[in-house]
Amino acid sequence: MSFQEVSQFAQTYGLVYLVVLFLIVVAYALWPKNKDKFDKAAHIPLEEDK
Amino acid sequence: MNLLWIAFSIIGAVLGLLLSAKAQDQVMMIHGMIFAAASVFAAYALISRHYRAAPTPVEGPGGIVYNTEIVRYGVVASTFWGVVGFLVGVVIAFQLAFPVLNLDLPWTSFGRLRPLHTSAVIFAFGGNILLTTSFHVVQRTSRARLAGDLSPWFVFWGYQLFIVLAATGYVLGATQGKEYAEPEWYVDLWLTVVWVVYLLVFLGTLWKRQEKHIYVANWFYLAFIVTIAMLHIVNNLSMPVSVFGIKSYSLFSGVQDALTQWWYGHNAVGFFLTAGFLAIMYYFVPKRAERPVYSYRLSIIHFWALIFLYIWAGPHHLHYTALPDWSQTLGMTFSIMLWMPSWGGMINGLMTLSGAWDKLRTDPVIRFLVTSVAFYGMSTFEGPLMSVKAVNALSHYTDWTIGHVHSGALGWVAYVSFGALYFLVPVVWNRKSLYSDKLVSLHFWVSTIGILLYITAMWVSGILQGLMWRAYDSFGFLEYSFSETVEAMHPFYVIRALGGVLFLIGSLIMAYNLWRTARGDVRSTEVGALNLNPEFAAGR
Amino acid sequence: MISHKVIEKNSILMLVLTLLVVSIGGLVEIVPLFYLESTIEKVKGVRPYSPLELAGRNIYIREGCYNCHSQMVRPLRDEAERYGHYSLAAESMYDHPFQWGSKRTGPDLARLGGRYSDEWHTTHMRNPRDVVPESVMPSYPWLEKNELKVPDIAADLIANRRVGVPYTDEMIEQAAADLKTQVNPDADDVDGLLARYPKAQVRDFDGNPERLSELDALIAYLQMLGTLVDFKSYDPEQGQR
Repeated sequence: MSFQEVSQFAQTYGLVYLVVLFLIVVAYALWPKNKDKFDKAAHIPLEEDK
Repeated sequence: MNLLWIAFSIIGAVLGLLLSAKAQDQVMMIHGMIFAAASVFAAYALISRHYRAAPTPVEGPGGIVYNTEIVRYGVVASTFWGVVGFLVGVVIAFQLAFPVLNLDLPWTSFGRLRPLHTSAVIFAFGGNILLTTSFHVVQRTSRARLAGDLSPWFVFWGYQLFIVLAATGYVLGATQGKEYAEPEWYVDLWLTVVWVVYLLVFLGTLWKRQEKHIYVANWFYLAFIVTIAMLHIVNNLSMPVSVFGIKSYSLFSGVQDALTQWWYGHNAVGFFLTAGFLAIMYYFVPKRAERPVYSYRLSIIHFWALIFLYIWAGPHHLHYTALPDWSQTLGMTFSIMLWMPSWGGMINGLMTLSGAWDKLRTDPVIRFLVTSVAFYGMSTFEGPLMSVKAVNALSHYTDWTIGHVHSGALGWVAYVSFGALYFLVPVVWNRKSLYSDKLVSLHFWVSTIGILLYITAMWVSGILQGLMWRAYDSFGFLEYSFSETVEAMHPFYVIRALGGVLFLIGSLIMAYNLWRTARGDVRSTEVGALNLNPEFAAGR
Repeated sequence: MISHKVIEKNSILMLVLTLLVVSIGGLVEIVPLFYLESTIEKVKGVRPYSPLELAGRNIYIREGCYNCHSQMVRPLRDEAERYGHYSLAAESMYDHPFQWGSKRTGPDLARLGGRYSDEWHTTHMRNPRDVVPESVMPSYPWLEKNELKVPDIAADLIANRRVGVPYTDEMIEQAAADLKTQVNPDADDVDGLLARYPKAQVRDFDGNPERLSELDALIAYLQMLGTLVDFKSYDPEQGQR
């Protein structure tokens, strides 16, 4: 493996892989349906005595 | 179950004595004895526990019987090891300014004390903080008692034994010679056992949880536990010379060993000192500010982006070395990208305070927590900068690195830990408030001045040293000999040591304050003016 | 309510996903190093450490020298002039563990061998400020007083062989003898030692021929650092970094 090959791989498949992974996470985090779930989750530490 | 644990401790005692009797070197003999003694103590404690009446369960908030005793033990251990670690740091800082302080003895020379300092602050202080807070946070956010009866205690005491073995080993000259992974093979094996039980206790508590969602702090704790296990095992693979001797040779050599080591080393920063302490931030900042985290969505993106990017950054410790170029470039690229999730986390922590900024004035504990997040932002800006090859050519091998590490270690890791400790003590000892808020404030200012002295001294000395090394005179010769650059560092080493003294004094103020709080005292001049612990229940 | 089983699965799922995410980086970066030519190729002259050098290296590690001294010269102009030719990957290929270091509180030692006399080193170890007044290095007076104690040097060579250092059966058989031969130019098998470990330096190092001290071993190690590769005949085109 040379620097050329690695950088070529990183600039193509590597980049696509990274972007896709990132988009999945962002989609999960921003999915409208999940909003309620996350709002509730954020309150977990504050509702210990309920 | 109890019987099984007693059997284990007896086996441990026999094993320790055997190692000690057949030991090929002095360190193994001493360590065998320590191990045997610890096992005997464990057996004694287990047996006497059997004959003692079980304590009456005390219900915590929500009617759940939490294991608060282990958190109390953890608070004491964290505070103790913190003070020890800072003290050794001050000693070696003075040694660099005044070499006579090495005392010409093997056990007190810088080369052996420096690993003692780094391990004491990272693994003894930081590790105990992580154990303690994770045990508290996972119980509270799961609404369930800590899994296991004796297992958590095995984790706690097993970890303290690991610290004692590692520390005594360094002083006596047992080291693998890999930074932050100095303990020899048998100590590594012991830590592996402890760590696996830790993972099981943590997971077991999550499995018992009554809350549907796993709170984000627990994600960070889980990533920290799992990744540290992976890093620890791979980086410490080695071939012992004899099972009765301390010496081992690492499995990898040269370039491969270097990259494995810094893959480990950098992710010890990433997962031990960052992910673990971010978990602390995600629980204790909202808790103390009494507001939910600014954006839970951001915390999810923060989590995955951080753990994904961090793992690649290791090669930036090996710029311009014999490591292949492509690897160095890859490490640099990911280090720069890492800036984004880091600042995402910082924004999330800071903005949690939005609408409650007045608490910075009224609550010194919040001040610690918020300042820690600010320092986190600063060091995670500086880090990517230093990973750029052109900058690294100057900064590498100099005190700039030391300054960078300490702005993260003192400003971020220690401050967020102090905040958590100040929060925890009134909660787990069920006290109305701290002994004194004014002492918290004093601690804050004394140690902040200490940090500023420390990091500015190291910035100046680091950059100065880097520039002196590469300076040429008008004839095209190197302008300074190495010893001239050493001489130029002296004033900065003195300033750095004084900064360390202030930080140490601050931690002693904290230890005193926490001790008085645990005893149930309230400083007479501050009665009625203290921030109250909302969880205080008079009946308990 | 979700059933207990699914909840359990979630934390395990989280664990597995985390492990997957964090193992990729390490795999992509570390694994190729075991196959790349530039990181595994041999350069002429590089050989395993002689028993005495290895014992000295272990003292170097024991005293934590790596906390202040690097052994990695970077290909930068000032470093080449201060320390010598930049370090090659092959030069540390038998180093278990590597000792490249991360901080230069003291100077780089990758090419220390032959720069100073044995007497200089002996004095320097006794008290560094006797030869370098500005030095902040600790003194190591115990090294010349301690007899070199290695329970079984052959076992050290065997352990090294198990992790890939090409020690031959002969080297292992002769290890205990070689350890002593290297400090005694009048010993019987000096030629054998030199055949096994070319360029090994055979002499009393610490100025006290009566005994084999820890300082003997350490100086033997320090005096061979960076001396194995002959850079006059080294062709960087052939041996790429």
